[in-house]
Amino acid sequence: MIEASGLRKSYPAKRGRKGGTVDAVRGVDFAVRRGEIFGFLGPNGAGKTTTLRMLTTLIRPDGGDATIAGADLRRAPAQVRRQIGFVAQSGGTYDQSTARRDLVHQARMYGVSKSTAITLAEAAIVAFHLEDLADRRVATYSGGQRRRLDIALGVIHSPQVIFLDEPTAGLDPTSRARMWQEVRRLRDQGMTVFLTTHYLDEADALCDRISIIDAGLIVAEGTPSDLKREISGDVVIVDLAAADSAGAPEPATMLKAAKLLTDERCVHSCEAIDHTLRLYVDSAATAIPQVMRTLSSQGIEPGAIEYRRPSLDDVFLAKTGRTLAD
Amino acid sequence: MKLARDTWLTFQYETVLLIRNPSNIAITLIQPLTYLALFTPFLKGVMGVSTYGDAYQIYVPSLFAAMGIYSGLYAGFALLAAMHQGVISRCRVTPVSRIGLLLGRELMYVVLIAFQAVVITLAALVLGLRVQPANLLFALVLLSMMVLLGVSISFCLAMLVPNETVLPTVANSIAQPVALLAGVLIPLSVAPLWVRNVALWNPFAWGTRGMRAILEGQLRGSVVWEGSLIMAAVAVLAVVLTSQLFSREIA
Repeated sequence: MIEASGLRKSYPAKRGRKGGTVDAVRGVDFAVRRGEIFGFLGPNGAGKTTTLRMLTTLIRPDGGDATIAGADLRRAPAQVRRQIGFVAQSGGTYDQSTARRDLVHQARMYGVSKSTAITLAEAAIVAFHLEDLADRRVATYSGGQRRRLDIALGVIHSPQVIFLDEPTAGLDPTSRARMWQEVRRLRDQGMTVFLTTHYLDEADALCDRISIIDAGLIVAEGTPSDLKREISGDVVIVDLAAADSAGAPEPATMLKAAKLLTDERCVHSCEAIDHTLRLYVDSAATAIPQVMRTLSSQGIEPGAIEYRRPSLDDVFLAKTGRTLAD
Repeated sequence: MKLARDTWLTFQYETVLLIRNPSNIAITLIQPLTYLALFTPFLKGVMGVSTYGDAYQIYVPSLFAAMGIYSGLYAGFALLAAMHQGVISRCRVTPVSRIGLLLGRELMYVVLIAFQAVVITLAALVLGLRVQPANLLFALVLLSMMVLLGVSISFCLAMLVPNETVLPTVANSIAQPVALLAGVLIPLSVAPLWVRNVALWNPFAWGTRGMRAILEGQLRGSVVWEGSLIMAAVAVLAVVLTSQLFSREIA
Protein backbone atom coordinates (compact mmCIF):
# COMPACT_ATOMS: atom_id res chain seq x y z
CA MET A 1 0.00 0.00 0.00
CA ILE A 2 2.93 2.29 0.74
CA GLU A 3 6.38 1.74 -0.62
CA ALA A 4 9.11 4.22 0.17
CA SER A 5 12.70 4.06 -0.94
CA GLY A 6 15.48 6.42 -0.07
CA LEU A 7 13.20 9.24 1.09
CA ARG A 8 15.23 12.06 2.49
CA LYS A 9 14.83 15.65 3.56
CA SER A 10 17.14 18.24 5.02
CA TYR A 11 16.45 21.70 6.30
CA PRO A 12 18.64 24.76 6.37
CA ALA A 13 20.27 24.96 9.78
CA LYS A 14 19.25 27.66 12.21
CA ARG A 15 21.13 30.91 12.09
CA GLY A 16 24.66 30.81 13.39
CA ARG A 17 25.74 27.76 11.48
CA LYS A 18 26.18 29.34 8.09
CA GLY A 19 25.30 27.35 5.01
CA GLY A 20 24.77 24.22 7.04
CA THR A 21 21.83 21.90 6.77
CA VAL A 22 20.13 19.57 9.20
CA ASP A 23 19.42 16.14 7.75
CA ALA A 24 16.04 15.37 9.23
CA VAL A 25 15.47 12.19 7.24
CA ARG A 26 18.52 10.55 5.71
CA GLY A 27 17.08 8.00 3.33
CA VAL A 28 14.38 5.71 4.65
CA ASP A 29 12.96 2.58 3.00
CA PHE A 30 9.90 0.72 4.14
CA ALA A 31 6.85 -1.08 2.85
CA VAL A 32 3.41 -0.96 4.41
CA ARG A 33 0.94 -3.71 3.53
CA ARG A 34 -2.73 -3.22 2.84
CA GLY A 35 -4.89 -3.33 5.94
CA GLU A 36 -2.19 -3.24 8.59
CA ILE A 37 -1.38 -0.82 11.37
CA PHE A 38 2.18 0.24 10.69
CA GLY A 39 4.05 2.17 13.35
CA PHE A 40 7.00 4.49 13.08
CA LEU A 41 8.66 4.30 16.48
CA GLY A 42 11.38 6.69 17.48
CA PRO A 43 12.34 9.44 19.90
CA ASN A 44 11.36 13.07 19.35
CA GLY A 45 13.40 14.57 16.54
CA ALA A 46 14.10 11.21 14.91
CA GLY A 47 12.45 12.28 11.64
CA LYS A 48 9.03 10.68 12.13
CA THR A 49 6.96 13.77 11.48
CA THR A 50 9.15 14.87 8.58
CA THR A 51 8.65 11.49 6.93
CA LEU A 52 4.93 11.74 7.52
CA ARG A 53 4.76 15.22 6.03
CA MET A 54 6.58 14.00 2.94
CA LEU A 55 4.22 11.06 2.52
CA THR A 56 1.18 13.31 2.92
CA THR A 57 2.38 15.74 0.19
CA LEU A 58 2.91 18.60 2.65
CA ILE A 59 6.62 18.86 1.97
CA ARG A 60 8.60 17.80 -1.05
CA PRO A 61 11.27 15.15 -0.50
CA ASP A 62 14.83 16.11 -1.45
CA GLY A 63 15.33 12.63 -2.79
CA GLY A 64 13.89 9.17 -2.97
CA ASP A 65 10.55 7.88 -4.15
CA ALA A 66 7.31 6.65 -2.71
CA THR A 67 4.17 5.06 -4.04
CA ILE A 68 1.00 5.35 -2.01
CA ALA A 69 -2.12 3.41 -2.98
CA GLY A 70 -0.71 3.05 -6.48
CA ALA A 71 -0.01 6.77 -6.95
CA ASP A 72 3.46 8.21 -7.31
CA LEU A 73 4.18 10.74 -4.58
CA ARG A 74 6.37 12.97 -6.71
CA ARG A 75 4.60 12.79 -10.04
CA ALA A 76 0.98 12.58 -8.95
CA PRO A 77 0.61 14.25 -5.55
CA ALA A 78 -2.97 15.24 -6.42
CA GLN A 79 -3.83 11.58 -6.92
CA VAL A 80 -2.14 10.67 -3.64
CA ARG A 81 -4.22 13.31 -1.81
CA ARG A 82 -7.43 11.66 -2.95
CA GLN A 83 -6.40 8.33 -1.41
CA ILE A 84 -5.04 9.45 1.93
CA GLY A 85 -6.13 11.12 5.13
CA PHE A 86 -3.85 12.87 7.60
CA VAL A 87 -4.21 13.75 11.26
CA ALA A 88 -1.50 16.08 12.53
CA GLN A 89 -0.33 15.91 16.11
CA SER A 90 -1.55 19.44 16.73
CA GLY A 91 -4.92 18.71 15.17
CA GLY A 92 -6.33 20.94 12.48
CA THR A 93 -9.33 22.85 13.72
CA TYR A 94 -10.07 26.38 14.83
CA ASP A 95 -11.11 26.70 18.47
CA GLN A 96 -14.13 28.76 17.51
CA SER A 97 -15.45 26.32 14.90
CA THR A 98 -17.67 23.31 15.54
CA ALA A 99 -17.30 19.63 14.70
CA ARG A 100 -20.21 19.68 12.28
CA ARG A 101 -19.02 22.72 10.38
CA ASP A 102 -15.49 21.38 10.06
CA LEU A 103 -16.68 17.94 8.95
CA VAL A 104 -18.91 19.42 6.25
CA HIS A 105 -16.11 21.72 5.09
CA GLN A 106 -13.63 18.85 5.06
CA ALA A 107 -15.92 16.65 2.95
CA ARG A 108 -16.55 19.52 0.54
CA MET A 109 -12.83 19.96 -0.01
CA TYR A 110 -12.90 16.50 -1.59
CA GLY A 111 -15.30 17.89 -4.16
CA VAL A 112 -18.62 16.46 -3.00
CA SER A 113 -21.86 18.42 -3.09
CA LYS A 114 -23.19 20.22 -0.04
CA SER A 115 -25.93 17.66 0.61
CA THR A 116 -23.51 14.73 0.35
CA ALA A 117 -21.12 16.55 2.67
CA ILE A 118 -23.88 17.03 5.25
CA THR A 119 -24.74 13.31 5.07
CA LEU A 120 -21.08 12.31 5.43
CA ALA A 121 -20.63 14.68 8.36
CA GLU A 122 -23.67 13.26 10.12
CA ALA A 123 -22.40 9.70 9.64
CA ALA A 124 -18.98 10.68 11.01
CA ILE A 125 -20.55 12.37 14.03
CA VAL A 126 -22.36 9.12 14.86
CA ALA A 127 -19.38 6.87 14.11
CA PHE A 128 -17.04 8.86 16.34
CA HIS A 129 -19.59 9.50 19.11
CA LEU A 130 -19.57 13.26 18.70
CA GLU A 131 -23.37 13.68 18.83
CA ASP A 132 -23.41 15.74 22.01
CA LEU A 133 -20.59 18.01 20.87
CA ALA A 134 -21.27 18.42 17.19
CA ASP A 135 -22.58 21.97 17.43
CA ARG A 136 -20.46 23.17 20.31
CA ARG A 137 -17.29 25.20 19.90
CA VAL A 138 -14.21 23.02 19.53
CA ALA A 139 -12.57 25.04 22.32
CA THR A 140 -14.90 23.33 24.80
CA TYR A 141 -13.85 19.77 23.84
CA SER A 142 -11.59 17.61 25.99
CA GLY A 143 -8.29 16.36 24.57
CA GLY A 144 -9.77 12.99 23.71
CA GLN A 145 -12.88 14.47 22.10
CA ARG A 146 -10.78 16.80 20.04
CA ARG A 147 -8.61 13.92 18.86
CA ARG A 148 -11.71 11.95 17.86
CA LEU A 149 -12.84 14.91 15.78
CA ASP A 150 -9.39 15.14 14.18
CA ILE A 151 -9.57 11.50 13.15
CA ALA A 152 -13.15 11.84 11.94
CA LEU A 153 -11.95 14.72 9.72
CA GLY A 154 -9.06 12.63 8.45
CA VAL A 155 -11.24 9.75 7.31
CA ILE A 156 -14.41 11.55 6.17
CA HIS A 157 -13.69 10.59 2.57
CA SER A 158 -12.95 6.93 3.42
CA PRO A 159 -9.32 7.04 2.32
CA GLN A 160 -7.31 3.90 1.64
CA VAL A 161 -4.52 5.06 3.94
CA ILE A 162 -4.77 7.16 7.06
CA PHE A 163 -1.67 8.83 8.51
CA LEU A 164 -1.75 9.58 12.23
CA ASP A 165 1.00 11.67 13.78
CA GLU A 166 1.37 10.74 17.47
CA PRO A 167 -2.33 9.96 17.84
CA THR A 168 -2.24 9.53 21.61
CA ALA A 169 0.38 12.09 22.65
CA GLY A 170 -0.84 13.97 25.68
CA LEU A 171 -4.00 11.91 26.22
CA ASP A 172 -5.05 10.48 29.58
CA PRO A 173 -5.03 6.67 29.87
CA THR A 174 -8.77 6.29 29.25
CA SER A 175 -8.78 8.44 26.12
CA ARG A 176 -5.69 6.62 24.99
CA ALA A 177 -7.30 3.19 25.26
CA ARG A 178 -10.31 4.56 23.41
CA MET A 179 -8.09 5.95 20.67
CA TRP A 180 -6.44 2.56 20.24
CA GLN A 181 -9.91 1.09 19.78
CA GLU A 182 -10.72 3.68 17.14
CA VAL A 183 -7.48 2.95 15.29
CA ARG A 184 -8.19 -0.79 15.30
CA ARG A 185 -11.70 -0.10 14.09
CA LEU A 186 -10.30 1.83 11.12
CA ARG A 187 -8.08 -1.11 10.23
CA ASP A 188 -10.99 -3.52 10.60
CA GLN A 189 -12.90 -1.40 8.10
CA GLY A 190 -10.12 -2.09 5.63
CA MET A 191 -8.05 1.07 6.01
CA THR A 192 -4.29 0.94 6.12
CA VAL A 193 -3.04 2.87 9.15
CA PHE A 194 0.36 4.53 9.28
CA LEU A 195 1.11 6.08 12.65
CA THR A 196 4.07 7.57 14.45
CA THR A 197 4.66 7.17 18.14
CA HIS A 198 7.35 7.50 20.73
CA TYR A 199 5.48 5.24 23.15
CA LEU A 200 6.89 1.74 23.36
CA ASP A 201 3.71 0.17 24.68
CA GLU A 202 1.71 1.78 21.88
CA ALA A 203 4.00 0.38 19.20
CA ASP A 204 3.91 -3.00 20.94
CA ALA A 205 0.21 -3.30 21.59
CA LEU A 206 -1.33 -1.46 18.65
CA CYS A 207 0.92 -1.95 15.65
CA ASP A 208 1.02 -5.00 13.43
CA ARG A 209 4.45 -4.04 12.21
CA ILE A 210 6.86 -1.26 13.11
CA SER A 211 9.90 0.52 11.86
CA ILE A 212 12.26 1.92 14.43
CA ILE A 213 13.70 5.25 13.31
CA ASP A 214 16.53 7.13 14.91
CA ALA A 215 18.41 10.21 13.72
CA GLY A 216 16.73 10.07 10.33
CA LEU A 217 17.51 6.43 9.60
CA ILE A 218 15.53 3.23 10.00
CA VAL A 219 17.38 0.92 12.34
CA ALA A 220 14.95 -2.01 12.47
CA GLU A 221 11.71 -3.17 10.89
CA GLY A 222 9.41 -6.06 11.70
CA THR A 223 6.56 -7.18 13.92
CA PRO A 224 7.03 -6.19 17.54
CA SER A 225 7.34 -9.85 18.57
CA ASP A 226 9.92 -10.65 15.88
CA LEU A 227 11.98 -7.65 16.89
CA LYS A 228 11.90 -8.64 20.53
CA ARG A 229 12.83 -12.20 19.62
CA GLU A 230 16.00 -10.84 18.03
CA ILE A 231 17.03 -9.92 21.53
CA SER A 232 17.19 -13.51 22.64
CA GLY A 233 17.02 -14.47 26.29
CA ASP A 234 16.10 -12.34 29.26
CA VAL A 235 16.89 -8.91 30.60
CA VAL A 236 18.25 -8.67 34.12
CA ILE A 237 18.12 -5.26 35.73
CA VAL A 238 20.48 -4.60 38.59
CA ASP A 239 19.67 -1.53 40.66
CA LEU A 240 22.81 -0.31 42.34
CA ALA A 241 21.13 2.30 44.50
CA ALA A 242 21.28 1.01 48.06
CA ALA A 243 17.93 -0.40 49.15
CA ASP A 244 17.98 1.36 52.52
CA SER A 245 18.85 4.83 51.25
CA ALA A 246 17.69 7.04 48.44
CA GLY A 247 21.26 7.89 47.49
CA ALA A 248 22.55 7.08 44.04
CA PRO A 249 25.60 4.83 43.80
CA GLU A 250 29.07 6.27 43.35
CA PRO A 251 30.01 6.59 39.67
CA ALA A 252 33.10 4.56 40.45
CA THR A 253 30.95 1.74 41.83
CA MET A 254 28.79 1.83 38.70
CA LEU A 255 31.83 1.57 36.47
CA LYS A 256 33.35 -1.20 38.48
CA ALA A 257 30.13 -3.23 38.55
CA ALA A 258 29.59 -2.72 34.83
CA LYS A 259 33.14 -3.89 34.13
CA LEU A 260 32.77 -6.96 36.34
CA LEU A 261 29.43 -7.99 34.88
CA THR A 262 30.43 -7.39 31.26
CA ASP A 263 33.24 -9.89 31.84
CA GLU A 264 30.78 -12.53 33.10
CA ARG A 265 30.35 -15.33 30.61
CA CYS A 266 26.58 -15.45 30.98
CA VAL A 267 26.20 -11.72 30.15
CA HIS A 268 25.96 -10.90 26.44
CA SER A 269 25.96 -7.17 26.91
CA CYS A 270 25.55 -4.62 29.64
CA GLU A 271 24.14 -1.09 29.44
CA ALA A 272 24.20 1.49 32.22
CA ILE A 273 21.01 3.51 32.53
CA ASP A 274 20.78 5.98 35.42
CA HIS A 275 21.71 3.96 38.50
CA THR A 276 20.80 0.60 37.01
CA LEU A 277 22.65 -1.86 34.84
CA ARG A 278 20.70 -3.64 32.14
CA LEU A 279 22.15 -7.09 31.42
CA TYR A 280 21.21 -9.19 28.41
CA VAL A 281 21.50 -12.87 29.33
CA ASP A 282 20.35 -16.24 28.01
CA SER A 283 18.51 -17.21 31.15
CA ALA A 284 17.75 -15.00 34.09
CA ALA A 285 17.29 -18.01 36.37
CA THR A 286 20.96 -19.04 36.14
CA ALA A 287 22.40 -15.56 35.60
CA ILE A 288 21.00 -13.92 38.73
CA PRO A 289 22.90 -16.11 41.29
CA GLN A 290 26.07 -15.60 39.26
CA VAL A 291 25.60 -11.84 39.20
CA MET A 292 24.93 -11.77 42.95
CA ARG A 293 28.08 -13.79 43.69
CA THR A 294 30.29 -11.64 41.51
CA LEU A 295 29.06 -8.36 42.93
CA SER A 296 29.20 -9.35 46.59
CA SER A 297 32.65 -10.84 46.20
CA GLN A 298 33.77 -7.30 45.34
CA GLY A 299 31.79 -5.74 48.14
CA ILE A 300 29.07 -4.28 45.94
CA GLU A 301 25.56 -4.74 47.34
CA PRO A 302 22.82 -4.14 44.73
CA GLY A 303 19.62 -2.59 46.06
CA ALA A 304 17.42 -4.73 43.84
CA ILE A 305 17.61 -7.25 41.03
CA GLU A 306 14.72 -8.00 38.71
CA TYR A 307 14.28 -9.63 35.37
CA ARG A 308 11.84 -9.38 32.47
CA ARG A 309 11.34 -10.41 28.90
CA PRO A 310 12.93 -8.06 26.33
CA SER A 311 10.83 -5.05 25.38
CA LEU A 312 10.96 -2.81 22.33
CA ASP A 313 13.09 -0.47 24.39
CA ASP A 314 15.71 -3.20 24.57
CA VAL A 315 15.50 -3.49 20.80
CA PHE A 316 15.97 0.26 20.52
CA LEU A 317 18.87 0.18 22.97
CA ALA A 318 20.54 -2.67 21.11
CA LYS A 319 20.23 -0.85 17.78
CA THR A 320 21.07 2.68 18.82
CA GLY A 321 22.93 2.43 22.11
CA ARG A 322 20.36 4.71 23.71
CA THR A 323 17.12 4.11 25.50
CA LEU A 324 13.80 5.44 24.30
CA ALA A 325 12.19 5.53 27.69
CA ASP A 326 13.87 8.68 28.92
CA MET B 1 -13.93 26.27 -12.27
CA LYS B 2 -12.41 24.21 -9.50
CA LEU B 3 -10.42 27.26 -8.44
CA ALA B 4 -13.59 29.34 -8.26
CA ARG B 5 -15.42 26.64 -6.30
CA ASP B 6 -12.58 26.12 -3.84
CA THR B 7 -12.08 29.86 -3.41
CA TRP B 8 -15.77 30.19 -2.62
CA LEU B 9 -15.60 27.21 -0.23
CA THR B 10 -12.72 28.76 1.69
CA PHE B 11 -14.34 32.18 1.65
CA GLN B 12 -17.56 30.72 3.04
CA TYR B 13 -15.84 28.72 5.78
CA GLU B 14 -13.71 31.62 6.96
CA THR B 15 -16.49 34.20 6.69
CA VAL B 16 -19.01 32.15 8.68
CA LEU B 17 -16.44 31.80 11.46
CA LEU B 18 -15.90 35.54 11.38
CA ILE B 19 -19.59 36.42 11.43
CA ARG B 20 -20.20 34.06 14.33
CA ASN B 21 -18.09 36.47 16.31
CA PRO B 22 -19.79 39.80 15.57
CA SER B 23 -18.14 41.47 18.54
CA ASN B 24 -14.80 41.12 16.76
CA ILE B 25 -16.15 43.00 13.77
CA ALA B 26 -17.67 45.64 16.03
CA ILE B 27 -14.32 46.19 17.76
CA THR B 28 -12.58 46.87 14.46
CA LEU B 29 -15.10 49.65 13.82
CA ILE B 30 -14.45 51.54 17.04
CA GLN B 31 -11.18 53.09 15.96
CA PRO B 32 -12.27 54.41 12.55
CA LEU B 33 -15.51 55.76 14.03
CA THR B 34 -13.54 57.54 16.75
CA TYR B 35 -11.25 59.14 14.19
CA LEU B 36 -14.24 60.08 12.09
CA ALA B 37 -15.91 61.87 14.96
CA LEU B 38 -12.91 63.40 16.71
CA PHE B 39 -10.22 63.85 14.12
CA THR B 40 -12.26 65.43 11.33
CA PRO B 41 -12.83 68.66 13.33
CA PHE B 42 -9.04 69.09 13.62
CA LEU B 43 -8.69 68.46 9.93
CA LYS B 44 -11.36 71.01 9.17
CA GLY B 45 -9.27 73.62 10.93
CA VAL B 46 -5.92 72.58 9.48
CA MET B 47 -7.12 72.24 5.91
CA GLY B 48 -9.06 75.47 6.12
CA VAL B 49 -12.27 74.12 4.59
CA SER B 50 -15.53 75.87 5.34
CA THR B 51 -17.96 73.02 6.06
CA TYR B 52 -17.94 69.65 7.76
CA GLY B 53 -19.21 68.16 4.52
CA ASP B 54 -15.99 69.25 2.81
CA ALA B 55 -13.87 68.00 5.69
CA TYR B 56 -15.50 64.57 5.53
CA GLN B 57 -15.00 64.49 1.81
CA ILE B 58 -11.27 64.85 2.47
CA TYR B 59 -11.09 62.56 5.45
CA VAL B 60 -13.39 59.63 4.56
CA PRO B 61 -11.12 58.40 1.73
CA SER B 62 -8.17 58.70 4.11
CA LEU B 63 -10.03 56.56 6.59
CA PHE B 64 -10.82 54.00 3.89
CA ALA B 65 -7.14 53.84 3.05
CA ALA B 66 -6.16 53.51 6.70
CA MET B 67 -8.58 50.61 7.15
CA GLY B 68 -7.35 48.96 4.00
CA ILE B 69 -3.69 49.34 4.92
CA TYR B 70 -3.92 48.39 8.59
CA SER B 71 -6.52 45.61 8.34
CA GLY B 72 -4.76 44.30 5.25
CA LEU B 73 -1.27 44.31 6.69
CA TYR B 74 -2.45 42.63 9.89
CA ALA B 75 -4.28 39.83 8.06
CA GLY B 76 -1.14 37.73 8.29
CA PHE B 77 -1.89 37.04 11.94
CA ALA B 78 -4.98 35.10 11.04
CA LEU B 79 -3.03 33.10 8.48
CA LEU B 80 -0.33 32.44 11.04
CA ALA B 81 -2.95 31.27 13.54
CA ALA B 82 -4.46 28.99 10.90
CA MET B 83 -0.99 27.60 10.18
CA HIS B 84 -0.20 27.05 13.83
CA GLN B 85 -3.56 25.46 14.57
CA GLY B 86 -2.96 23.01 11.74
CA VAL B 87 -5.91 24.22 9.67
CA ILE B 88 -3.76 24.99 6.64
CA SER B 89 -2.06 21.58 6.77
CA ARG B 90 -5.40 19.84 7.13
CA CYS B 91 -6.68 21.60 4.03
CA ARG B 92 -3.51 21.07 2.02
CA VAL B 93 -3.66 17.30 2.43
CA THR B 94 -7.00 17.35 0.61
CA PRO B 95 -7.25 17.89 -3.16
CA VAL B 96 -8.57 21.43 -2.57
CA SER B 97 -6.95 24.11 -4.73
CA ARG B 98 -3.97 25.67 -2.97
CA ILE B 99 -4.61 29.03 -4.57
CA GLY B 100 -8.26 28.71 -3.61
CA LEU B 101 -7.22 28.44 0.04
CA LEU B 102 -5.40 31.73 -0.34
CA LEU B 103 -7.86 33.64 -2.52
CA GLY B 104 -10.81 32.65 -0.35
CA ARG B 105 -9.08 34.21 2.62
CA GLU B 106 -8.10 37.36 0.70
CA LEU B 107 -11.66 37.72 -0.49
CA MET B 108 -12.93 37.55 3.07
CA TYR B 109 -10.89 40.64 3.92
CA VAL B 110 -12.13 42.46 0.85
CA VAL B 111 -15.72 41.88 1.92
CA LEU B 112 -15.03 42.64 5.58
CA ILE B 113 -13.32 45.94 4.85
CA ALA B 114 -15.89 46.94 2.25
CA PHE B 115 -18.53 46.36 4.91
CA GLN B 116 -16.60 48.52 7.38
CA ALA B 117 -16.23 51.23 4.76
CA VAL B 118 -19.97 51.24 4.19
CA VAL B 119 -20.59 51.62 7.92
CA ILE B 120 -18.11 54.51 8.06
CA THR B 121 -19.77 56.15 5.07
CA LEU B 122 -23.21 55.87 6.65
CA ALA B 123 -21.88 57.49 9.80
CA ALA B 124 -20.21 60.24 7.76
CA LEU B 125 -23.42 60.86 5.81
CA VAL B 126 -25.18 61.54 9.09
CA LEU B 127 -22.39 63.99 9.98
CA GLY B 128 -22.62 65.88 6.71
CA LEU B 129 -20.80 63.97 3.95
CA ARG B 130 -22.35 64.07 0.48
CA VAL B 131 -21.50 61.39 -2.06
CA GLN B 132 -23.05 59.77 -5.16
CA PRO B 133 -23.83 56.06 -4.62
CA ALA B 134 -22.12 55.13 -7.91
CA ASN B 135 -19.01 57.02 -6.86
CA LEU B 136 -18.99 55.30 -3.51
CA LEU B 137 -19.14 51.94 -5.30
CA PHE B 138 -16.22 52.93 -7.52
CA ALA B 139 -14.22 53.98 -4.47
CA LEU B 140 -14.96 50.65 -2.82
CA VAL B 141 -13.58 48.82 -5.86
CA LEU B 142 -10.37 50.82 -5.55
CA LEU B 143 -10.32 50.14 -1.81
CA SER B 144 -10.67 46.41 -2.52
CA MET B 145 -7.51 46.52 -4.62
CA MET B 146 -5.68 48.20 -1.76
CA VAL B 147 -6.95 45.48 0.57
CA LEU B 148 -5.75 42.75 -1.80
CA LEU B 149 -2.32 44.35 -1.90
CA GLY B 150 -2.14 44.77 1.88
CA VAL B 151 -3.39 41.25 2.61
CA SER B 152 -0.97 39.74 0.08
CA ILE B 153 1.99 41.54 1.63
CA SER B 154 0.88 40.45 5.07
CA PHE B 155 0.39 36.81 4.03
CA CYS B 156 3.88 36.81 2.53
CA LEU B 157 5.27 38.19 5.78
CA ALA B 158 3.45 35.53 7.79
CA MET B 159 4.94 32.80 5.59
CA LEU B 160 8.44 34.27 5.73
CA VAL B 161 8.35 35.29 9.42
CA PRO B 162 6.14 32.60 10.99
CA ASN B 163 6.57 33.95 14.50
CA GLU B 164 3.80 35.56 16.55
CA THR B 165 6.09 37.85 18.49
CA VAL B 166 8.15 39.16 15.57
CA LEU B 167 5.35 39.53 13.03
CA PRO B 168 3.55 42.44 14.81
CA THR B 169 6.74 44.50 14.84
CA VAL B 170 7.41 43.81 11.19
CA ALA B 171 3.82 44.46 10.14
CA ASN B 172 3.66 47.66 12.16
CA SER B 173 6.95 49.02 10.90
CA ILE B 174 5.65 48.62 7.37
CA ALA B 175 2.10 49.80 8.02
CA GLN B 176 3.07 53.08 9.75
CA PRO B 177 5.20 54.66 7.02
CA VAL B 178 3.02 53.26 4.26
CA ALA B 179 -0.08 54.75 5.89
CA LEU B 180 1.49 58.15 6.61
CA LEU B 181 2.92 58.30 3.10
CA ALA B 182 -0.54 57.55 1.72
CA GLY B 183 -1.88 60.61 3.51
CA VAL B 184 -4.21 58.78 5.87
CA LEU B 185 -4.04 61.57 8.46
CA ILE B 186 -3.40 64.71 6.45
CA PRO B 187 -3.67 64.66 2.65
CA LEU B 188 -0.35 64.60 0.82
CA SER B 189 -1.31 67.75 -1.04
CA VAL B 190 -0.17 69.77 1.97
CA ALA B 191 3.00 67.70 2.46
CA PRO B 192 6.46 69.06 1.59
CA LEU B 193 7.69 68.23 -1.89
CA TRP B 194 10.20 65.59 -0.82
CA VAL B 195 7.50 63.67 1.06
CA ARG B 196 5.29 63.80 -2.02
CA ASN B 197 8.20 62.54 -4.12
CA VAL B 198 8.75 59.59 -1.79
CA ALA B 199 5.04 58.89 -1.82
CA LEU B 200 5.16 58.51 -5.60
CA TRP B 201 6.63 55.08 -4.89
CA ASN B 202 3.81 54.14 -2.56
CA PRO B 203 0.98 52.46 -4.49
CA PHE B 204 -1.33 53.02 -1.51
CA ALA B 205 -0.80 56.79 -1.98
CA TRP B 206 -2.01 56.53 -5.56
CA GLY B 207 -5.02 54.54 -4.40
CA THR B 208 -5.86 57.05 -1.69
CA ARG B 209 -5.62 59.99 -4.08
CA GLY B 210 -7.79 58.13 -6.54
CA MET B 211 -10.45 57.43 -3.92
CA ARG B 212 -10.44 61.04 -2.80
CA ALA B 213 -10.96 62.28 -6.34
CA ILE B 214 -13.75 59.74 -6.86
CA LEU B 215 -15.60 60.74 -3.71
CA GLU B 216 -15.25 64.39 -4.74
CA GLY B 217 -16.89 63.46 -8.02
CA GLN B 218 -13.87 64.35 -10.14
CA LEU B 219 -14.04 61.17 -12.19
CA ARG B 220 -12.48 62.69 -15.27
CA GLY B 221 -9.20 63.67 -13.70
CA SER B 222 -6.06 61.69 -14.51
CA VAL B 223 -5.67 61.01 -10.78
CA VAL B 224 -8.52 58.52 -10.92
CA TRP B 225 -7.41 56.38 -13.81
CA GLU B 226 -3.74 56.58 -12.84
CA GLY B 227 -4.55 55.51 -9.28
CA SER B 228 -6.85 52.71 -10.42
CA LEU B 229 -4.39 51.41 -12.96
CA ILE B 230 -1.41 51.46 -10.61
CA MET B 231 -3.38 49.86 -7.78
CA ALA B 232 -4.84 47.18 -10.05
CA ALA B 233 -1.45 46.28 -11.50
CA VAL B 234 0.34 46.15 -8.16
CA ALA B 235 -2.49 44.24 -6.49
CA VAL B 236 -2.61 41.60 -9.22
CA LEU B 237 1.15 41.22 -9.09
CA ALA B 238 1.07 40.86 -5.29
CA VAL B 239 -1.70 38.26 -5.39
CA VAL B 240 0.14 36.21 -8.02
CA LEU B 241 3.43 36.32 -6.13
CA THR B 242 1.74 35.44 -2.85
CA SER B 243 -0.06 32.52 -4.49
CA GLN B 244 3.23 31.19 -5.76
CA LEU B 245 4.87 31.53 -2.40
CA PHE B 246 1.87 29.89 -0.72
CA SER B 247 1.81 26.94 -3.11
CA ARG B 248 5.48 26.37 -2.55
CA GLU B 249 6.26 27.44 0.97
CA ILE B 250 3.54 26.58 3.42
CA ALA B 251 3.94 23.22 5.08
